[in-house]
Amino acid sequence: MRRGRDCRIRPVTWLIALRAIVAREGLRFLHQRERFLAALVRPLVWLLVFAAGFRAALGLSILPPYQTYITYETYIVPGLCGMILLFNGMQSSLSLVYDREMGSMRLLLTAPLPRWWLLLSKLIASTAISVLQVYAFLAIALAFGIEMPPWGYLTVLPALVLAGLMLGALGLALSSLVKQLENFAGVMNFVIFPMFFLSSALYPLWKMAESSPLLRDVSAANPFSHAVELIRFALYTELNAAALLWTLLATLAFAALALWGYDPARGLVRRKG
Amino acid sequence: MTQGLTVADLSFSYGARRALDGVSFACAPGRFTALLGPNGAGKSTLFALLTRLFTTPSGTVTIAGHDLSRHPRRALGRMGIVFQQPTLDLDLTVHQNLHYFAALHGLSGRDARVRIDRSLDRLSMAERAGERVRDLNGGHRRRTELARALIHAPSVLLCDEPTVGLDAASRHAITAHVHDLARDGLTVLWATHLTDEIRPDDHLLVLHQGRILRDGTASRIAEGVDLSDRFLALTGAPDAADRVGP
Repeated sequence: MRRGRDCRIRPVTWLIALRAIVAREGLRFLHQRERFLAALVRPLVWLLVFAAGFRAALGLSILPPYQTYITYETYIVPGLCGMILLFNGMQSSLSLVYDREMGSMRLLLTAPLPRWWLLLSKLIASTAISVLQVYAFLAIALAFGIEMPPWGYLTVLPALVLAGLMLGALGLALSSLVKQLENFAGVMNFVIFPMFFLSSALYPLWKMAESSPLLRDVSAANPFSHAVELIRFALYTELNAAALLWTLLATLAFAALALWGYDPARGLVRRKG
Repeated sequence: MTQGLTVADLSFSYGARRALDGVSFACAPGRFTALLGPNGAGKSTLFALLTRLFTTPSGTVTIAGHDLSRHPRRALGRMGIVFQQPTLDLDLTVHQNLHYFAALHGLSGRDARVRIDRSLDRLSMAERAGERVRDLNGGHRRRTELARALIHAPSVLLCDEPTVGLDAASRHAITAHVHDLARDGLTVLWATHLTDEIRPDDHLLVLHQGRILRDGTASRIAEGVDLSDRFLALTGAPDAADRVGP
């Protein structure tokens, strides 16, 4: 075997690694069909059961981007898209903690590539899986008669990608800070539920202000609200610039936190081995 | 020593507790270097620093002529690692696992396939390339990990207690394989706490409480007594000290 070869540090090397990381994530996902089913069943239960019950209770006025009165089912579709991305972001971060405990994270982090690129590749891989699931959900919603403008299915793609990256980066940051797998369930509860319920995913913020202005303000600052609004407007082929800016800023902040968390000088795996 | 591994004055602390204290040694190409130490000696910490899972400001690590802190990617590209923890994807096949690793090192297409086949062949694992890792026994999984560590033709092979959990036959086979690799010119650093994995002419480092206690040929360090007894005496087991003397 030839030895003494210089490591192939060329741009194409980075892409080969990215492709392999995405392919591995895809293969792992295919092997976990129950994960795919769970990811779809959860929002569908909300859409077909919860929304049906709430339709009568919640009256929605006309608010942008909608041009007319809409059913509650139509209102919560973007929020449920966000829910899929949120749960997947957390799920992939859970698998990162598991990978770290099991050792396969070591394999990734000792590859001769910049750590930020390896983490970004992981992020892109998990986002790609999440976005596919959102499209599967939108297709099922369509089959149940909840229809978006045809071009909306295309214009929502960049919004889904950005929201997926933001929530994936949050998951990545959390996975670097959580020391043990057992602690993760608590973090999930403290992150997923407040983030989801204190947002515009299930009810418009003006509706929330009727009962509590404070909760409305908290929800307005929640990056998940902005991700949902970005998706909502994009589904109607419109751009919500403020939501885009907020989501971008949150993505950068979470990514910076993840990079800090995985910095070798800080010592991610710095537990007694 | 451009192709080997050199560690100079490496120290590391977990908070107030010193895990490594001024560790220095050199591993030459073509030699099997055993890093022998009891549990808690600092072996895993040393391996984490050698593989840059974390870094320390004190001390230097040079791998095949590349300073790990200044040129981490070049250094990591010249290193093959077998981790103590299993790092294979159980639901993927042997070949898929190796292909993933090859891609992380920038290898793809025909080049990757040829290298993977050659590496599996070398470890007598070629006929299992299509099997799911979950279906392999512990010995074959370890061999797969060893084959994987060799795909990119590293100059230095680090093995962190790779025989943990294996039966006697598999342990013997893996140890013999890696001795053969060293004989073929590879620089090998092999962490263990089992003296029967070390041959008399191997280079031996005895690590205890974060410090290198002995550095030399295994037979010289044993000084004519059983290496196991000598090791126990060096690391403070009172019964062994009585048998071996100071």
